[in-house]
Amino acid sequence: MSDAVLQPSAASPARRVLHDVLRSRELAVALVLVALVVVTTANSNAFLFGRTGWRDLLLTPSMLVLLAVGQTAVIITRNVDLSVGSTLGLTAYLTGRLFIDVPGIPIVVVVLAGVAMGAALGAVNGILVAWGRVPALVVTLGTMYVYRGAFLTWAGSDRINAGDMPRAFRDLGTDSILGIPVLTIVALTVLVVVGYYLRTARGGRELYAIGSDPAAAELYGLKVSRRILSAFVLSGALAGLAGVVSAARFGTVSSSVGMGIELQAVGAAVIGGVAIFGGSGTVWGAALGAFLLVTINRSLPVLGISDFWQQAVVGALIVGAIVLDRVLVRRQERALVAAREHGPDAGPPPDRTASTSSGLPPLVASETHDERSREVTR
Amino acid sequence: MQSSTPAPTLELREVSKSFGPVRALRSGTLVVEPGSIHALIGENGAGKSTLIKIVAGVHRRDGGVLRFQGAEVDFASTAESKGAGIAVIYQEPTLFPDLSVTENIFMGRQPVGAGRRIDYRAMYAEAEALFTRLGVRIDPRRPARGLSIADQQIIEIAKAISLDAALLIMDEPTAALSGVEVERLFAVARSLRDEGRALVFISHRFEEVFELCDTVTVMRDGAYVSTRPIADTTVDALVAEMVGREVSELFPKQPAEIGEVVLSVRGLSSAGRFRDIDFEVRAGEIVALAGLVGAGRSEIVRAVFGIDGYDAGAVTLLGEPVPPRSPRAAIRAGMAFVPEDRRHQGLVTESSVARNVASVIRRGLSRGGILSSRAENAAAAPWAARLEVKTGALDMHATTMSGGNQQKVVIAKWLATEPRLLIIDEPTRGIDVGTKAEVHRLLSDLAGQGLAIVMISSELPEVLGMADRVLVVCEGRITADLDRAEATPESVMRAATASVTHTGTHVRAEAGAEGRASA
Repeated sequence: MSDAVLQPSAASPARRVLHDVLRSRELAVALVLVALVVVTTANSNAFLFGRTGWRDLLLTPSMLVLLAVGQTAVIITRNVDLSVGSTLGLTAYLTGRLFIDVPGIPIVVVVLAGVAMGAALGAVNGILVAWGRVPALVVTLGTMYVYRGAFLTWAGSDRINAGDMPRAFRDLGTDSILGIPVLTIVALTVLVVVGYYLRTARGGRELYAIGSDPAAAELYGLKVSRRILSAFVLSGALAGLAGVVSAARFGTVSSSVGMGIELQAVGAAVIGGVAIFGGSGTVWGAALGAFLLVTINRSLPVLGISDFWQQAVVGALIVGAIVLDRVLVRRQERALVAAREHGPDAGPPPDRTASTSSGLPPLVASETHDERSREVTR
Repeated sequence: MQSSTPAPTLELREVSKSFGPVRALRSGTLVVEPGSIHALIGENGAGKSTLIKIVAGVHRRDGGVLRFQGAEVDFASTAESKGAGIAVIYQEPTLFPDLSVTENIFMGRQPVGAGRRIDYRAMYAEAEALFTRLGVRIDPRRPARGLSIADQQIIEIAKAISLDAALLIMDEPTAALSGVEVERLFAVARSLRDEGRALVFISHRFEEVFELCDTVTVMRDGAYVSTRPIADTTVDALVAEMVGREVSELFPKQPAEIGEVVLSVRGLSSAGRFRDIDFEVRAGEIVALAGLVGAGRSEIVRAVFGIDGYDAGAVTLLGEPVPPRSPRAAIRAGMAFVPEDRRHQGLVTESSVARNVASVIRRGLSRGGILSSRAENAAAAPWAARLEVKTGALDMHATTMSGGNQQKVVIAKWLATEPRLLIIDEPTRGIDVGTKAEVHRLLSDLAGQGLAIVMISSELPEVLGMADRVLVVCEGRITADLDRAEATPESVMRAATASVTHTGTHVRAEAGAEGRASA
């Protein structure tokens, strides 16, 4: 594997991709997820093969996947969005309200309204963080309470019941296409679009750059404030969509909907390998983390593990993921120090002076191929 | 513009810039022709970096003319200057550690294919071509984290080249490079020059300036001194122009009785930072550590005080060994350390003067773990009075004080521990000229009372005026040990720059031996 890093062109693209996949966090989380499902199913057949087993396995995480994808975009920029749970609650209530107050309103309009409201709430966060220069943790903690308060004031003691919403809308919460629940398809579509954007668009890569080193991003001339705003808008919009999804899935909206789910979204992203200090991680990992979190919560009772331990397992998973990240980063940093030892201050670097006589460009790279030992990182 | 003589690529005339009360740049003038490599030299603090940052769009000028390719410009951001065709390689590499080296090079202007999708294949190929041109072999897919400083510098250079800029500015690009890498960089610089681009090269290594550049501009004290063809000048002439000012009697150190050895440092080494550091400081003596920024002076005193560790050597204070890596033990042994960046490291600017002064001796003041303002004020008052800190009251916040008074508060804070040795890093940085003299008189008085003082200073007049002995540090070694009579601007400047070579291991070995012999 070290060969692949030292001699990049020697390895074929297919092998390189395979190598990357094998070392990825995504694969590790996926394996844990599969193992969990297998063990639980072995314990109780109904978990996967019951009447609703397969459907629930895919359907239950869809809401958290949406939130985790938005959260990932924000965390990558070295920020965090704690207000998504309250945003979700507000838009879920908005959904029910629209169906009650505007009879016959098309479902598409309601979905768009929910997304738009979420985006607006996210924009408030983004503006405060990017231009107000207030840490995101503080801003979104504040707006979390503000949005929840607005929700409680607006809803009062109201409660949206299943009967308030049209049948076609509620069916979305249970329908499947080709054995895959509609809501899961929605979540996976969002996942693919955002994942593709973050990987292949300039704007997506700039989010990583900003989180990796904000000061350097400024020096580069990147539009730091605008990018951070767009990440928060995305997070808010997806929380809005998740609110609509939650109304469709549960058929009711109470004032406590979405409480605490923001921390699950952060946890899912962290478990999926999104570095809390920004700059690295993928939405694929975060989505798998969301699947794992939700599935653990569903499978531990099946395995007969008590409530207390369920919470503890989730907590241990999050702490373990962060510790793992720190260890990996520390290892890389040690490699950096080792590389400095070969610098000009530490005496003659024999591996570099070897090719002095022919060191002028344009040189064929092969002439200097052995001149430095690049340490393998990661 | 006349067509017969093309406009200079870059033209700055009498550009000025102040940061608060500090005039970083008084009158910067620099004219760079296309197809030329222009050296910009000057002492630390001569205003070179400020000048560069104005061109790069990091700072905005207060006054003067800035023309780029004949047109008047005013860059409000780095993006604007970059867009106009100016590439800058900063002293400190600015990379994104989590991203691949290729992405670091092309961030914000990646090659895109259909649907504005980043064409990774083309991008990697382009990066590979750049590395080939630079004659280095770096995996374009590896993350920037873990690269050595030299490799990071290579990435910066690749980035600048890929910008296809009309003007390339390099702020000490060779500081971390080895001989081969410097040669490669020079070859690339020459090929860029032959394409008609303009280059500005900042370096403290005269041999590089003479090898690479065709024109040289000297700056001193934030102002332009001269511009001449490199063929018409010599190292001696340049050194004279860099330091050529009167060493006035602004900073008179009163002669003090030199007593016993207080601090003794033997064979102190830390890989990658400094090597074989030997020196002694006696009671009543002010020893200056002179040298260029980044030579390792701060690192040495940080190790002596125990903030950073070291690999070999020993520190003794008054004959007692001082354990490494323990500032607490150093304080107990009788050391005091006033850091360079007092706002961040030496002073709690949000707190009152009394609290700041009392902070290091808090342990002795508290009763049953509780610290009262009264006890703090009582402890602080005599020290503040002795240093003539001009504040209305001891509970005034340190934020609102001038730089000179802040520095006095920091010194007062340390004097409260009754040290035998005071280490002070850049005692007058950011302090206006009037107050500088007060700080100097204070240091002189303290030495007169038998305190041993180690002073790091980048300002030659300060070094020459204050120090009983000058130790010149160059690339982590003490290259000269000059007493008051021997220390002249030329001798210090020479020791700080002259022994620098690319690979230079034998020269450094000699310098190290010399340092040992004379210490």
